[in-house]
Amino acid sequence: MKFGVIVFPGSNCDLDSYFLVRDILRQPVEYIYYYEESIKQCDAIILPGGFTYGDYLRSGAIARFSPVMSAVADFADRGGAVLGICNGFQVLTEAGLLPGALYRNDHLQFRCEQVYVRVENNSLPFTRSASLGKVLEIPVAHGDGNYYAPPELLREMKANNQVVFRYTDRDGNVTEGANPNGSVENIAGVCNREGNVVGMMPHPERAGEKILGSKHGLIIFKSIISYFLNREVV
Amino acid sequence: MKKAVLDPQGVAVENSLKALGYDQVRSVRVGKYIELTLEAPGREEAAARVEEMSRRLLSNPVIEDFSYTLQEDAV
Repeated sequence: MKFGVIVFPGSNCDLDSYFLVRDILRQPVEYIYYYEESIKQCDAIILPGGFTYGDYLRSGAIARFSPVMSAVADFADRGGAVLGICNGFQVLTEAGLLPGALYRNDHLQFRCEQVYVRVENNSLPFTRSASLGKVLEIPVAHGDGNYYAPPELLREMKANNQVVFRYTDRDGNVTEGANPNGSVENIAGVCNREGNVVGMMPHPERAGEKILGSKHGLIIFKSIISYFLNREVV
Repeated sequence: MKKAVLDPQGVAVENSLKALGYDQVRSVRVGKYIELTLEAPGREEAAARVEEMSRRLLSNPVIEDFSYTLQEDAV
């Protein structure tokens, strides 16, 4: 299988994602630039973290109109696996490819720290190798990570199992203290209705080696690799 | 910001105003103010364009409301 990493002006975790896939997971990977109009020969696409277009207006609001985003939408429509990390998550919500919105952290501070998230849905291409309820230690680094969905939408999302990760304490308890940004119901990651598009505020690509403090992020990427491996065999 | 959405900046400004002794303050909401100049044959067309721009880019309908006023400039 092959990964693609989208590069927008102002992306800054594109290199981390590329490095993790190529050097840690030893999988084929290529950059796809914001001005490209098609996505060829990629099985999974990563929208990396960063500050696309300076986060002007709202985080992700301008990036979502980049030419490449039409190609990302087509790719997602065809069932392609799309992972948005941090700013990539914001771009996907702005684009309407994921439900809800991300806005200013409730305490107004930029948070850069290790957090714990619990896997709430392990039936997705990006989570299938994790056990349900598994607690992952992964860093966050954001100022606009406060996830919001209006009550009706939230009900619909929960009924459809679209909450993928929640912030918890080390033991997997959803507590107010474990919530780094004020997100509704401690939501750290969500997916679309079909489950092939996932967005998460924590950075799994920064948790891929022991030297970085945690290797828990690898499970996200290993899930997607195993998903395609199994599909190819079938 | 929509009424149902907590506005962290508004809360911070409200607390600051109260710290300055403005006890009569009941709530503060911080929003964006955008000045936009456009060419249009008339008010109706201008309004339609501004509505569309506000929906597509200038606001995020999940968390924000928008309103606008039009002002005519002589060319």
